[in-house]
Amino acid sequence: MAASPEGAPVGRRVVLGLLGLGAVGVVTGSKVQAGLSDLLTPLQLRDPTGLTGLVPLGDTWRYYSVTGAVTPRDAASYALGISGLVDHPATYSLADLKALPQTSFTDTFQCVTGWRVPEVPWSGVRVADLLATATPAADAVGVRFGSFDGTYSVNMTLEQARRDDVIVALAMYGKPVTHAHGGPVRIYSGSMYGYKSTKWLSRIEVTPDNRPGYWEDRGYPLNGIIDE
Amino acid sequence: MSDALELARFTRAERAVHLLVAILMVSCLVTAAILYNGSLMLMVGHRHVVETVHVWSGLALPIPMVAGLASAAYRFDVRRLNRFTPSDWTWLRSRSRRDGTIRVGKFNAGQKVNAWLVAGSTGVLLGTGVLMYWTGLVRLAFRSGATFVHDWSALALGLLVIGHIVYAFRDPEARRGMRTGRVTARWARAEHTAWADEIADAEGDYRRAAP
Repeated sequence: MAASPEGAPVGRRVVLGLLGLGAVGVVTGSKVQAGLSDLLTPLQLRDPTGLTGLVPLGDTWRYYSVTGAVTPRDAASYALGISGLVDHPATYSLADLKALPQTSFTDTFQCVTGWRVPEVPWSGVRVADLLATATPAADAVGVRFGSFDGTYSVNMTLEQARRDDVIVALAMYGKPVTHAHGGPVRIYSGSMYGYKSTKWLSRIEVTPDNRPGYWEDRGYPLNGIIDE
Repeated sequence: MSDALELARFTRAERAVHLLVAILMVSCLVTAAILYNGSLMLMVGHRHVVETVHVWSGLALPIPMVAGLASAAYRFDVRRLNRFTPSDWTWLRSRSRRDGTIRVGKFNAGQKVNAWLVAGSTGVLLGTGVLMYWTGLVRLAFRSGATFVHDWSALALGLLVIGHIVYAFRDPEARRGMRTGRVTARWARAEHTAWADEIADAEGDYRRAAP
């Protein structure tokens, strides 16, 4: 065992090369991914098998759920409660929400960890409109969104929740929001990271503070505005 | 009968490193599949638990690889894997590479390439994973880049591991070598001729048989 093995140290070169390639990928990957995505996203959206979602081709959705299986709700069983520090608490059915003025826009869904899905068409009711109807009390500071998964919640300041691109989303890609995407009703908050967009929305509570929610308790910033 | 002789292939330390890396690697790949695939995620849920298992398995993965360096046998095998000879290139290009005409050492060229790619991609996954998990470290564009690199590297590493397992399934004696540390001289002469001769020369208690 004393003699050194023969040959060139190709292994070390390959390992160092891969690490270098990885570093280049971190710096340029965002642009490369955008280019790939332009080519591949149209294919993925038309793939009924979902098999293309198995491999990281282009920008794909990643479905997050923080509890076990979530029981789906439909038009009959769905309700959204508005409560807390408001003058007029209310409960909306799915039909009530559909009857309100709808806001539509196209935006990039951006996760704090880095993945994104560009050009997603959203439509729904502005949270600002629901808050205006409910009329927050003078000492109200935050808004807490709760999920019918029984666990998830997230906060925003009243000011953030009133932004034009914060909506109670009823439709995505021109169709009702699917259960996998947090339907029938979820939040979409365009100028904030994905964890602010509560899935399976069942509760909007106006609060006297701005407490950390589920992911904020686990390390994500309380202020989820995408500012870079 | 020299065919009944057994040769020591892997020491206890090397086998312990292999076992720990295997457990952590499977843990990483299974949790990765759940985190990545939408149907699996919605079935399993509990993303934070799955994510925590994934992250800590990944952070722990290089520890046995590095700790193994305390063993002289492991260090020597790492040096063998690192070195590539002209006959390794010939082996890779050959269509009849397994007929024994190319004298293979302790590791064949395919095993060497696999070792490099696994080591390199583990390093890349560790680095990019850290950037994704501790979101305050770099700006968003770099986190997106890290996600991109992490996804593709994970896919490549997953395929390498599956390939490694497929080859192991085809060769019970190679598996026995990693399980018990010993292989038959017959197998060593057929698969790793140069290594079998090297052991024979070193120990002198093994009569070289005609191939």
